[in-house]
Amino acid sequence: MRQQKLRLPPELFAIGLAFLLGMLVLLVTGYPPVQAFLALFRGAFGTRNAIGQTLTQATPILFTSLAFLLAFRSGIFNIGVEGQFLIGAFVAALSGIGIRGLPSLVHALFALFLGGLGGALYALFPALLKVYLGAHEVITTMMLSYIALYLTSYFVNYPLKAPGWVAQTDPVAPSARLPRILPPTQLSLAFPIALGCALLVFWFLERTVPGFSIRAVGLNPKASESRGIPVRRYQILAFVLSGFIAGIGGGGEILGVHGRFVDGFSPGYGWDGIAVSLVGRLHPLGCVLASVLFGMLRAGGMTMTRMTKVPLDLSLIIQALVILLVAAPFCIQYLGSFFRGGRSS
Amino acid sequence: MSLSLFQAMIRMATPILFAALGGCLCERVGVINIGLEGIMLTAAFFGVLVTYITGVPFLGFLGGLASGIAWGFVIALLTVRFYGNQVVVGTGVNVFGLGLSAFLSQKVWGSRGASEAVAGFGNLALPYFGEQTFFVYLGFILVFVLHFFLFATPWGLRLRAVGENPQAADTAGVDVLRYKTFGVVAGSAVASLGGIFLSLGHLRFFAWGMTSGRGFIGLAAMILGRWTPVGCLLASLLFGFADALQMRLQALGILPSQVILIIPYLVTILVLSGFVGRVTPPSRYEPYRKE
Amino acid sequence: MVILSVRGLTKRFGEVVANDHIDLDIAEGEIHGLLGENGAGKSVLSSCIYGLYRPDEGKIFLRGKEVPITSPSDAIRLGIGMVHQHLTLVPRLSVWENIVLGREPRRGARVDRKGALAVVERLLEETGFTLDPLERVENLPVGVRQRVEILKILFRGADILILDEPTAVLTPQEVDQLIATLHRLKAQGKTIIFISHKLREIFALCDRVTVLRRGKKVGTLPIQEATPETLAEMMVGRRVFLEFAREKVEKGEVLLALQGVSTDPPGIPLRNISFEVRSGEILGIAGVEGNGQSELAEVLVGLRRPKYGTITFRGRDITLASPKERILLGIAHIPEDRHRLGVILDFSIWENLVLGFETEPPFRRRWIALNLRAAREFARQKIREFAIVAPREDVPLRTLSGGNQQKVVVARELAFEPALLVACQPTRGLDVAATEYLRHVLLGARRKGKAVILISADLDEIRALSDRVLVMYEGGIVGELAPESDEYQFGLLMGGKGLEAAKATSSS
Repeated sequence: MRQQKLRLPPELFAIGLAFLLGMLVLLVTGYPPVQAFLALFRGAFGTRNAIGQTLTQATPILFTSLAFLLAFRSGIFNIGVEGQFLIGAFVAALSGIGIRGLPSLVHALFALFLGGLGGALYALFPALLKVYLGAHEVITTMMLSYIALYLTSYFVNYPLKAPGWVAQTDPVAPSARLPRILPPTQLSLAFPIALGCALLVFWFLERTVPGFSIRAVGLNPKASESRGIPVRRYQILAFVLSGFIAGIGGGGEILGVHGRFVDGFSPGYGWDGIAVSLVGRLHPLGCVLASVLFGMLRAGGMTMTRMTKVPLDLSLIIQALVILLVAAPFCIQYLGSFFRGGRSS
Repeated sequence: MSLSLFQAMIRMATPILFAALGGCLCERVGVINIGLEGIMLTAAFFGVLVTYITGVPFLGFLGGLASGIAWGFVIALLTVRFYGNQVVVGTGVNVFGLGLSAFLSQKVWGSRGASEAVAGFGNLALPYFGEQTFFVYLGFILVFVLHFFLFATPWGLRLRAVGENPQAADTAGVDVLRYKTFGVVAGSAVASLGGIFLSLGHLRFFAWGMTSGRGFIGLAAMILGRWTPVGCLLASLLFGFADALQMRLQALGILPSQVILIIPYLVTILVLSGFVGRVTPPSRYEPYRKE
Repeated sequence: MVILSVRGLTKRFGEVVANDHIDLDIAEGEIHGLLGENGAGKSVLSSCIYGLYRPDEGKIFLRGKEVPITSPSDAIRLGIGMVHQHLTLVPRLSVWENIVLGREPRRGARVDRKGALAVVERLLEETGFTLDPLERVENLPVGVRQRVEILKILFRGADILILDEPTAVLTPQEVDQLIATLHRLKAQGKTIIFISHKLREIFALCDRVTVLRRGKKVGTLPIQEATPETLAEMMVGRRVFLEFAREKVEKGEVLLALQGVSTDPPGIPLRNISFEVRSGEILGIAGVEGNGQSELAEVLVGLRRPKYGTITFRGRDITLASPKERILLGIAHIPEDRHRLGVILDFSIWENLVLGFETEPPFRRRWIALNLRAAREFARQKIREFAIVAPREDVPLRTLSGGNQQKVVVARELAFEPALLVACQPTRGLDVAATEYLRHVLLGARRKGKAVILISADLDEIRALSDRVLVMYEGGIVGELAPESDEYQFGLLMGGKGLEAAKATSSS
């Protein structure tokens, strides 16, 4: 009980520790840690453009983290968000290229929606495989991620390849582009949509009957069944909605940033989403904060590299440390009690 | 099948085999190791780094292996001792491996993309196998060593029991946590050999993300091989064949590589879903809490 | 000669005294029965002897010498082995691997497979078991697995075998085989402590029997001096009949009727169950736990499909109705294991109170939106009405005491005037006041003309509250008694005696 007062959430502790360890890495490898981190923060928040860049980087991860979260709340471990993200991106790109004659914003939103459907459909496979055949979703979604990667790669390398030596599709129609909201940065309408999505997920989970049921199923499937909730149906629903959000995320990245499907454009946004979700305490609004943190690492990393020659990959190392530390809450607790114990004795 | 294709198959199967065997050891004690990819990448990097510094490939080999063992302890600590989520820890390992290797690569060689070339291991020619590094033979030997270990020794028996029913093993007086830790560490060490093969045995330099998903294919091979060393070997050979064929066909411009690269993943899903005979993992991936 | 003796053994779990100064002497080479109802303290006592629990007081002597037993491995070293109710085998290992696990005979670095198999064969010969040591355990029926468990203990050199309710999971034929086995082991000089609540088995097997009741030893007597009547009375006890002011309530229409309901495993298969409940009556289902009561409850609320038979509710066939349909029809359920089936501990109080009704107005307004205001208002009202001790309606249920958690369940189940209430072990784990309260709730429901099916292992509770009592044994209903009937009649029925007639019809 005594520990209750002034207790920091373990996630903050993990983030702090990860930054400290990151500094240690710099120290050991002979880079100036303080300058590097100052540059990183400046690059992330120092200017209007920096903030725009941070939020641009945060956008896809916010989508993927919300996707992971929604499935997780129903007890489903959808680690294939990356695959649904890619399929969504691909479908959105095709819709942006193929559909003509729609007014500009309508076209973009419609393409985004189709991207979401693509992601949803791609999540439906593992959902059915899990619910009806008992195939563990961790493995199936992971494998489906790679299938999505190679499948899209095939299409942009061969049948849909635009002229030139880069493996990419033709650009989407201008009407399908999501408007930039903070020029000259790449920040597009996808970001407010992602924020809206976070609010929507929050509303859905906390204020609707299906959201209520999904949470019930995730926390105690036996009791849910006993209280008349069709468990399988809601697991499938959560899985599909998860894929839908991931798909929109992919679409947003294509229609907002790249304007075409580029082979390998995702550095693993789907995988980041898992970590962001956990750092955000599996809460939609927590995801917003955590995705900004990860976006900061990506965006600020570039400035850091430019100004202090510290390799960009430091950001990845810090990200990984956050993930590892957040994954095992007991580890943080143990460290915490160790420090507390050390101080008092 | 031509002899050269056969030899290419064996070469391509080797890293997958190490990953599969490593994953197999981990799963046998109830830990799903998503981090194989990161472990291999880290080992590939340290293999080259130590060789670069010392000029002795064997020391590089030991360096890579040490990194694998270190990862094993970290993963075991987080998942077994602290009941951490295995999938998330694995994801963290992958990100860390990618980040650390690229970071240090830039520090040491000034390039994120690739290291300088280093001395590698010489080849050893055997009939049919052709010119192969000793890793290839090591892989084959390891299959039989692990098979013997798992199915003929008391420690293997306990290891299997620990993964399948930790409570039962505990009441039979087996130290569950110790065996779990051992399985994870040994598995990670074995997987790291796959990474060292790629950098020191195959290319003789380190390239960014050079494992390119082989850790995951290793997991797939392990499932297809039904969590047995010999099964892992057969599945790895199959995937290695697909890989070798893919390179051949790509060179000829007949079939796009991506189409063949999908095969292992597709097969795995079919197998897991029971379309190709039912398989169930030897354990539920849960931490064991006494009491 | 006394091989094992226990003196003054006391074990407490919080307030509950599970074993109260128990003295026990086990003679070498005998089969000693431990008899008692659920919660009498049999399992706790044997777990203390085996080192799974540390007793708070008391001593254990082996061959006259005091021995410290702090863990199962101590017990094993001293030659004491235990077969648990839930078996501890590794399903995918073979029989012989399970037997030698942890103590493998070696030849160099390998398991001496030949040697191990030879030992197992010898054990098989000694015990007269017929089973294939190379077979995987997962392919074996439960009865055979239990033999593997016994072999495992013998392999570890046990002279004293403790079997905790070994017949609970067995078919009658398997029980007979087990009894034969135990006789054979006794003939070889093994000492056996046999825990059961079934009189038939005690008489068929034991040399002496010790009866426990509510954590205390009632007595030990040689089997020749025991009769089913005496044992039943010792087990159940002459108790003060709990008097509740039960007003007369006119029984109404038949609400629920079961006709020939049978189920398949998993779980205890139900056998041809038929009964009726009328409004305004409490129907008690008595019986020692594990005789199909949980399965019956699942069938009633729709969590388990009957294989044969029909269930009608107010004249309507609901055999295939889903749990949701039954909730909306007015079948309420106070489940046996609240934490698993009744509530979601990480949900708030109000979420738990509307769970199951969230799809209905007023909690749902328009399409999918939850009406939070209505739900919270409802919760506040229920908290007042049922005097639930909680700071606010949005704190997690986990933070409430057990009695208050149960009140949340009751409040929810009675909220919308159900016609039928299925209450399973409703007072388990509750303190005296909460228990009292809950019993009044049940009587209140009866007074209002609802039908109540009360499933309980607490015979006092059943007798005090019910209008009629059915006794379940091995998945079937073996008799109906008036609540005022003699205790030992209940004891006999619950112990499986006096149902020869019923048995004959079911096995034909």
